[in-house]
Amino acid sequence: MDTLTWTGTLGTVLDPITFFVAIAFAVAVVAQIVVSFVTLDDRIAINADGTATRGAGLAHLAGRAVLILLLALIGCVAAYVVGGIVMPHGQAGIVGAIGKRFLPVWIALIVTFGLSIAFKRKLGLYGKLMDSTVGMIGFGMVMFWVYTALFTAGFDWIATHDALNQISGLKNKVPGTPVPEEGLYPHYLLGGDNLARDVFSRMIKGSWIVVQIAPLATAFAFMVGITLGLPAGYYGGRLDTFLSFLANLILAFPVILLFYLLVTPEIVNSGLPKYMAGVLFLFPIVFLVILYQSRFFTQPAKRNLYVALVVLIGGWIYLGVAWDADPTGLIAVPPGVLVVFVSVVFVNAPTVFRIVRGLALDIKTRDYVAAAQTRGEGPWYIMLWEILPNARGPLIVDFCLRIGYTTILLGTLGFFGLGLPPESPDWGSTINDGRRLLSAYPHPALPPALALMSLVLGLNLLADGLREESLRD
Amino acid sequence: MLSFILRRLGVMVLTILCLTLIVFILTNLYPNLEKLAKTQGNMRMSDTEVTAWLGDRGYDRPTLTKYGEWLGVVPGWTRTDADGRVRGRCIDPGMDPDDAPRRCGVLQGDWGYSTVFKEDAATIIGKRLLLTGKLMLWVLIVMVPASLIVGVLAGMREGSKLDRTLSTGSIITTATPEYVSGVIFIALFASSAVGLRWFKGTATSAMDDANFANFTLPVLTIALYGMGYIARMTRASMAEVMTSQYIRTARLKGVSFRNIVMKHALRNALIAPFTVIMLQIPWLLNGVVIVETLFNYKGFGWTLVQAAGNNDIELLLGVSVVSVIVVLITQLISDVGYVFLNPRIRIS
Repeated sequence: MDTLTWTGTLGTVLDPITFFVAIAFAVAVVAQIVVSFVTLDDRIAINADGTATRGAGLAHLAGRAVLILLLALIGCVAAYVVGGIVMPHGQAGIVGAIGKRFLPVWIALIVTFGLSIAFKRKLGLYGKLMDSTVGMIGFGMVMFWVYTALFTAGFDWIATHDALNQISGLKNKVPGTPVPEEGLYPHYLLGGDNLARDVFSRMIKGSWIVVQIAPLATAFAFMVGITLGLPAGYYGGRLDTFLSFLANLILAFPVILLFYLLVTPEIVNSGLPKYMAGVLFLFPIVFLVILYQSRFFTQPAKRNLYVALVVLIGGWIYLGVAWDADPTGLIAVPPGVLVVFVSVVFVNAPTVFRIVRGLALDIKTRDYVAAAQTRGEGPWYIMLWEILPNARGPLIVDFCLRIGYTTILLGTLGFFGLGLPPESPDWGSTINDGRRLLSAYPHPALPPALALMSLVLGLNLLADGLREESLRD
Repeated sequence: MLSFILRRLGVMVLTILCLTLIVFILTNLYPNLEKLAKTQGNMRMSDTEVTAWLGDRGYDRPTLTKYGEWLGVVPGWTRTDADGRVRGRCIDPGMDPDDAPRRCGVLQGDWGYSTVFKEDAATIIGKRLLLTGKLMLWVLIVMVPASLIVGVLAGMREGSKLDRTLSTGSIITTATPEYVSGVIFIALFASSAVGLRWFKGTATSAMDDANFANFTLPVLTIALYGMGYIARMTRASMAEVMTSQYIRTARLKGVSFRNIVMKHALRNALIAPFTVIMLQIPWLLNGVVIVETLFNYKGFGWTLVQAAGNNDIELLLGVSVVSVIVVLITQLISDVGYVFLNPRIRIS
């Protein structure tokens, strides 16, 4: 087996073309900006008969060039991937082989976008997202990692090797090194790390840890923040002063100090994170019970059904997750993950609290709240069914941003080697592993770093697109 | 105004008390003390030896009493050894027990003793803060002007090509945490694999002699993450000012675009970023910890990691006090400064 080059035989044709297009694209973008300074608008020429013709000015021309070159660049990148899928293994180099491994993700993405765009008028805010380019790019990047994580965890598809398997002789080897053992995938696509494990597979497996924890932890933080923030903003007074003081207290902690205090093995042994989980995980159940109680207390049959369902299912999950005491034994969370989860929720909740409190303070002065008060609705009904739905726009946007921030926090934890076991393939731990030999072997640390960056960037772009679209109506 | 500041200072003292108490309780949990005893004494200590070690050093008493001693409101402990020697919290080695002060805590100016560095906590914190101060100064020198320029350029013509490009750029920098950009920078500019080797991958030598080669990457790494956020806030503020009535009036009067931006818009647009910059400083602390660890620059953040990792109780308390003061002071400055900059706001 030969060592793979980056682009293989495909590269001999495609590399110069891509290089040329990329340079041209960069030049065009700069030219476009410069031109936009010189000529403000398209030139308008007044004809002899009094009509006006808008001439294709320099700015217009530059804009066209940028668009065409951008499409050409995307075409080139797509050509590498398609080449990799069509050509036999090894012919299209590392890029092609990676593109081929991601084939299920590409198909899933194409299906998702096809369906979403076809039915976008029926899909509400999500459908409107398909009108914004930025939002679509962000959504694509996020879904790329979501599908990657799902396919890896569910079907074991994309990764080429086991995340923990060490193959002797491949320590710190460069990308594309062939694997000497028979019966395995023939190459280490992105090289081996300092324990001779496959960097590509570790990056892929790591995505599942992030995609699993980050949205869930953010959702929990939102439940806690909403359950406490709404009454603080709505009632005000002593309750507000007290809760705000607590929130500011947690926010005044440097995050890393907090992590070190909560996540060290000694503290975990003392059981503190477990008690915190016990308190924090109660909030979603409390939140849902109040939600249904306040809405349906006039229809006891319906209320009893919903509340019973929440208490049963929620209580079951709660027992399993927080206390590891699930009677059926189905739900169990590894202790390392639980600690990380709790600390991330704990760090995020105060910020959500402040946002929700601010929104509640603003919205409670509106007329529809006064109308509900006059109707004699209870305070929790007003908070959860009048104020909260009207605060959803900013909250959805913040939710997206906060998942990104949570991803960064998870990476920070991994970077300091806290919480998850050291051999865990999550991105933060892998970066931490790779950074020790960074100046000699940069390839083990770069893929997880870029993966993390692309996911967070996707979430930020998605939030930007959502903000744009939700402001529009 | 004065009562506002006084009230804020009162809240600040209360916050510091609560916070240090939490840190104190967490660091004084028994498993942590056991680890401290084993790392300081001997890894293979038996349980009774651990208890004896802790007892000798006064760790075995109620947490609140110990906290009072650290604060300096409760007299320090004293204990007579088997051989008749008097030991105590306030008695330094070689000191006559009768000369020792009764109380020695933070209120008396004694910040305790670091078990990791074998030095006074106050000396360590002072020395390390100075180093981090140098780093922060350069970060601010790079970050503030750059982000303001980017934000103003993007916001002065909302929706233009320049705005789109710069806004995308700032989103990218906010999506790149320090440990990612730091790794990318080292891989690109300091590794033998790429071969550029323009800068150094460590900043240890920058502690004594900071120069372009060893200080650029750490400064850039911290500055970049904060820059995107400040630039976006500046852009939003600038865009808002540019749509206001008095700018339209100036335009209709025929003032040139350059004069509108420089003379009319800029002053009002820079009020909001001031708050953002002040509030960003505590966030920079986070970045400082990561970057100092990554580049092995032994400043305040590095000290925090060492103290927390080794359960160095008194040093950790000192570090948390300092960082909380930084957070709260910057909040206070941002509130007060906002009032001075924007005379339309009154604080009651």
